[in-house]
Amino acid sequence: MGLPRLSLQGITKRYPSVVANDAVHLRVEPGQIHAVLGENGAGKSTLMKIIYGAVQPDAGTVEFNGREVRIRNPQEARAMGIAMVFQHFSLFDTLTVAENVWLGMDRGTSLEQVTSQISETAAVYGLELDPQRPVHTLSVGEMQRVEIIRALLTRPQLLILDEPTSVLTPQAVDKLFVVLRQLASEGCSILYISHKLHEIRSLCDACTVMRGGRVTGQCDPRKETIGTLSHLMIGSEPPQVHVGAREPGDTMLEVKHLSLVREDQFGVDLHDVSLAVRAGEVLGIAGVSGNGQGELLRVLSGEDVRASAGCVQLEGVDVSAAGPAARRTRGLHFVPEERLGRGAVPALSLALNLLLTRSESVSRGFLKPAALAQQAAGIIQKFGVKAGGPQALAQSLSGGNLQKFIVGREIDAQPRVLIVSQPTWGVDVGAAAQIRGAIMALRDAGCAVLVVSEELDELMELSDRIVVMAKGRISPSMARAQADASKIGLWMSGLWEDSHVEA
Amino acid sequence: MLKLEPRGAPSQAWTLGSPVLALLVTVLIGVLLLSSLGKDPLAGLRMFFWEPINGLDAISELLIKATPLLLIALGLAVCFRSNVWNIGAEGQYVMGAIAGGGVALLATEDSSQWIVVAILCAGAMGGMVWAALVAFLRDRFNANEILTSLMLVYVAVQLLSYLVFGPWKDPHGFNFPQTKTFEDATMIPRLFEGSRVNIGFALALLAVGAVWVFLYRTYAGFAQAVGGMAPAAARFAGFSARKTLWIALLISGGAAGLAGALEVAGPIGQLTPYVPAGYGFAAIIVAFVGRLHPVGMVFSAVLMSMFYIGGELAQSRLGLPKSITGVFQGLLLFTLLACDTLIAYRLVRRRTEV
Repeated sequence: MGLPRLSLQGITKRYPSVVANDAVHLRVEPGQIHAVLGENGAGKSTLMKIIYGAVQPDAGTVEFNGREVRIRNPQEARAMGIAMVFQHFSLFDTLTVAENVWLGMDRGTSLEQVTSQISETAAVYGLELDPQRPVHTLSVGEMQRVEIIRALLTRPQLLILDEPTSVLTPQAVDKLFVVLRQLASEGCSILYISHKLHEIRSLCDACTVMRGGRVTGQCDPRKETIGTLSHLMIGSEPPQVHVGAREPGDTMLEVKHLSLVREDQFGVDLHDVSLAVRAGEVLGIAGVSGNGQGELLRVLSGEDVRASAGCVQLEGVDVSAAGPAARRTRGLHFVPEERLGRGAVPALSLALNLLLTRSESVSRGFLKPAALAQQAAGIIQKFGVKAGGPQALAQSLSGGNLQKFIVGREIDAQPRVLIVSQPTWGVDVGAAAQIRGAIMALRDAGCAVLVVSEELDELMELSDRIVVMAKGRISPSMARAQADASKIGLWMSGLWEDSHVEA
Repeated sequence: MLKLEPRGAPSQAWTLGSPVLALLVTVLIGVLLLSSLGKDPLAGLRMFFWEPINGLDAISELLIKATPLLLIALGLAVCFRSNVWNIGAEGQYVMGAIAGGGVALLATEDSSQWIVVAILCAGAMGGMVWAALVAFLRDRFNANEILTSLMLVYVAVQLLSYLVFGPWKDPHGFNFPQTKTFEDATMIPRLFEGSRVNIGFALALLAVGAVWVFLYRTYAGFAQAVGGMAPAAARFAGFSARKTLWIALLISGGAAGLAGALEVAGPIGQLTPYVPAGYGFAAIIVAFVGRLHPVGMVFSAVLMSMFYIGGELAQSRLGLPKSITGVFQGLLLFTLLACDTLIAYRLVRRRTEV
């Protein structure tokens, strides 16, 4: 092969408290689908931002098509033929697809031209998309198509995709891969950032692995196994959580025919949601985020008490109108998905953050600082939280350690019902295994556990039964033994009524 | 070339250092200002920083002025920490003065000294009622408390004017817009013989302790702080946002009202249209310069009080305009906000790239 499309040499970027990239080398050939694999915090995003011109490196050189370049901003990157699709979309809900794409383009192109360009590109790559549809009517997968088409209209030679599949159903992932392979066959290089090993093995033909800001390996992922890739990524094999079968007990948490109008303008209405979690079982709720999970969880935790009487029952007692504190005294604890700002107050110490859900160290309204610090130290030790101590500020902890502290805080209360949302989001592999282990131990001790997660693998590993949430509705439940990715993927589109009738 | 670079964590040292640096910068600008006005800058600084502490009399005047500032600022700190932006402490102060003054007017020559307790309670209640209006408007109609509290200041001031120009005007006062001088029994007891400092100062120091305990050692105070710092976390914990709003406004209204009653039944001794002296607004600066911390506000209240007294001295002795006080107060807040940048950022010298 001739000149590489992109070549990075000795890229280093230091931030005040961390070296995000340390002498990173990366070489991408024309038409190659090149994976950048690494855990959260391994430095993948910083590297991509350097390539896209959003961040300037402290040292090192960037060569594009054999020429050394200094990319000062994303505009320059786009002019050179580098496009990027971010994990979080930047689309205006109230505008149409064409208008959104048009907004990001240079002046001098008319809306009509853009509309026809979108249709042409969509047809070439089999990306079905109506340019006239308002963005708020699109599904998440369709929104991603808008972002991809927007990137393709700049005729990129290098396309960067940051965790593109985290919001997609398994079927949508397959469609995306077809498009990416077609692009690569036309000579466009693709940088594919992910921490999902099986996707990388099926899609990519080269892989650079990063850990702690350094490149720890380069390989052909098609020739590796999940185990060897994982070893490169985290330095060890992923620990397995052992799940034994267990006979569930009484119904602890029950939701009956819950329908609720959205509170937030861009929220989701809940339609006739019913589910039950029994003692000693884990019920998993699968589904793409933004399908009513947040709304349902607020109703379950007591943060939203608008549900009609009788809709939410804890051990047979109606708690629909009870607030979070009242539900906690009944043994229901909740770990929200937003750690900073909801599960913990960033600028307060870990000890004070205990007080959000625990009141053992409060006596007649007065705090007992020594007891509080001791209690926090106990949780830090018991759950292996890496922190400066009970007085460390919540914001000074890494995502994984803060999550361990929050999960530990709730588990330490010996809940009868535990609700966990996205237990391992942005958490490194070791901490994730530890958190899952703690959840399973709690289940084995007879606690009823409800887990909401976007990671299907995680749900398959943890849950005794799985339901799917789509468009504010809950599917019938399936036992783990009967669950498979394609069926769940189908249900994620909200198509279970039909399959149910057939069955 | 100098450049601002974000720090990993907020600097503890600069949290305390920033007010000191802000004071130095304020003094520096003050010196430039005075010299450009053709005044001797050293004489000017002397008025602001030496005369107010030169002698026991001066110090007692300083503490008299610092008392209302400190009391109001303590209440405001609870408010601001709860993310409730009560800008109208001046109005609550005036309503406290009216309510306290109203009770004082009821006193006769035979009244016992204990009427002072009623005056102070009435003052605190007056301030609370005025702040409760703000809380109600926010709670019921989601009206912005910054606007409603500020606008209610002008209503309170007009109400005071109406009373002293109308029904409460002293019949023997040669038609001056003021009430009769309050009976001796209503005078706030002094702390020591020979000094004008009264029990208000002791109350303010007690309030420092009470607010510290409330903010840092009670569950209710913790709930207020969480509501201010992370509303979603407060909702998650089950702390009521409405309760946070009401507690914050009632505490700050009560503190401001108490300060108003202490002022009219103490140093002033009657109701006049000149009761609103801007303490309610100056206390906002006191609260922030004191880092919203009870002990820090003791220092900033004394400092602000120096500006008040220094401004008056500069007026009478150096012939400077009255607005010099406001200029110094504003400068201090302005420079503090600028210096606070250093808490989250550090200055680095950056090599110019080739």
